Amino acid sequence: MTGSPVRQQCAPGVGAPPLLKVRGLVKHFPVGPALFGKGLVVRAVDGIDFDVMPGETLGIVGESGCGKSTAARLVMQLLGVTAGEILFDGQRVGSSELPLKEFRRQVQMVFQDSYASLNPRLTVEGSIAFGPQVHGASRKAAVAKAHDLLVRVGLEPSRFAGRYPHELSGGQRQRINIARALAFDPKLLILDEAVSALDKSVEAQVLNLLLDLKDAFKLTYLFISHDLDVVRFISDRVLVMYLGLVAEIGPSRTVLGNPTHPYTQALVASVPSMDPKRRTKVAPLTGDPPNPINPPPGCRFHPRCKFAEPVCTQHEPELDDIGAQHRVACHAAKAGSGHSGMQAARAAVPELSP
Amino acid sequence: MDLTTPAAPATIDVAQSIAHTPGYWVTVLSRLKRDKTTIFFGIVLLSIVLMAIFAPLIAPADPYKANIIRRLKEIGYPGHLLGTDQTGRDMLSRLIYGGRLSLFMGVTPVAIALVIGGLSGVLAGYVGGKLNMAIMRTMDIFYAFPSVLLAIAISGALGGGINNAILSLTVVFIPPIARVAESVTTQVRSLDYVEAARASGASSLRIVRVHVLANVLGAIFVYATSLISVSIILASGLSFLGLGTKPPEPEWGLMLNELRQAIYVNPYVAALPGVMIFMTSLSFNLLSDGLRSAMDLKT
Repeated sequence: MTGSPVRQQCAPGVGAPPLLKVRGLVKHFPVGPALFGKGLVVRAVDGIDFDVMPGETLGIVGESGCGKSTAARLVMQLLGVTAGEILFDGQRVGSSELPLKEFRRQVQMVFQDSYASLNPRLTVEGSIAFGPQVHGASRKAAVAKAHDLLVRVGLEPSRFAGRYPHELSGGQRQRINIARALAFDPKLLILDEAVSALDKSVEAQVLNLLLDLKDAFKLTYLFISHDLDVVRFISDRVLVMYLGLVAEIGPSRTVLGNPTHPYTQALVASVPSMDPKRRTKVAPLTGDPPNPINPPPGCRFHPRCKFAEPVCTQHEPELDDIGAQHRVACHAAKAGSGHSGMQAARAAVPELSP
Repeated sequence: MDLTTPAAPATIDVAQSIAHTPGYWVTVLSRLKRDKTTIFFGIVLLSIVLMAIFAPLIAPADPYKANIIRRLKEIGYPGHLLGTDQTGRDMLSRLIYGGRLSLFMGVTPVAIALVIGGLSGVLAGYVGGKLNMAIMRTMDIFYAFPSVLLAIAISGALGGGINNAILSLTVVFIPPIARVAESVTTQVRSLDYVEAARASGASSLRIVRVHVLANVLGAIFVYATSLISVSIILASGLSFLGLGTKPPEPEWGLMLNELRQAIYVNPYVAALPGVMIFMTSLSFNLLSDGLRSAMDLKT
């Protein structure tokens, strides 16, 4: 891959209407026996709002099980939503204005497992050409497009078009998955842990490829990952999820450089330092996330939060604007919430003061 | 290579640029060639099938022609290479002709069950939910009875004869094939490439045709092949009990039954139909086994 590794700073359209608008998205999975269940639900996604502006990359981060992937599958309509609405280009998805099939031409997804996401019985060109054929292209045109896209993702068609997935490496397969998604000429690409399963050098190549393709095809990305470094590299804005809710959302530099929510602070602090003298000795975050069947009352993060005060156990914090497109759901960050504030709380916890 | 400009790259000659990698089945075949056991039993099976097809050309004598004087002759008796049965009919000819009915009764029920059970299993697996529950629980009812007993019960209720025997065996084989089809389909359905196909906006029928069937049929087919041996044995059992073919038709199970009284007189001749049943079912079993490992490309 000889694509330019230089980060292209794209300016998300300021004032332009959002490409994707998600409001009150909820997904509850019923648990227990199908016939005589007690009505218990896993609150995988419990009411999230976000916008994706045309041309930007929105990163979604969070621990395993926080609902990132569920959110992606909900947006892609692979799972039925429990509640909430999704607007694409100002049109309601699934309505007569924007039927599901047309929506799925404009929004595509790349999955984490590069092997499982390719049909083992289809050749590379067959897999890529499937999409355009579904949307009415002739076989010949679809295959020609597949070859064109193989060139774009850095794979020689004469060597790769006729191969089967098991004959390729993980990085090559993920490039093919990207080409497969691009074959629809989508506006929005959802990347669900798309580089997480690759080794570091290949991951870097694919990330650079994604940046190049974004400019070439004028794409918008919804980039889901648990790897903060990767998200920092690729995202314009970052959304931090905790237990099915948005904890913090804002420009990537602000959220990851100067996090406000205690959970984001812990996430950022848990990234291993490159300097051996500055090892992380005390785990910034201990314990497992609470059970999403029965989340704690008040702020969902309070049982693991170092700054928790009585107010946190009683009231669920709202996602409040704290300026510069930065929104946080934390009582400590909001004056007049009943919390003594981050500074006072920090002083009260000795091991946190520098 | 510069990917930053949206200008299209030089046009590619599609016909010329397709790499020549062997297709899936070519790879499977070449893997199969290296498996000596499978090749050997494949040849055994092929010769049994050919023998049955060309029976009138191969058989040295008329399989129906009895000769009371030359009853129960031993193997190697002049003029009767494998001896004669209790009415003096040539054993070799009867064994050759017997393959026709036995193979037919082994393959037909499995073939019909493959279509019905396979379709209902794929449907149950792909659609899931309540339909899956309805189809699979119905199949489970048949599991409550041992397969031999079920076949005997259905045949017995409908009366003897080849058609009823085939019908009863088909009913016996639908549930296990449907169960395998359902479990493989459920597994494939949850894979990301089916999710990706759904995300492409393709219809369910198209997804099943392009993405599910190709990945499911192999496993179902291999399983069905292994059932042929069971089917031959069950069909022989039905004939043995007088519920399948009727005398004087040559059929291995029926021959075994008829010769059972002669087991003290001439045990080797009496065991011959059993040897044929054993060889055929063993070959089908090992062939399906070899096919399964050859089709698993990841190992």
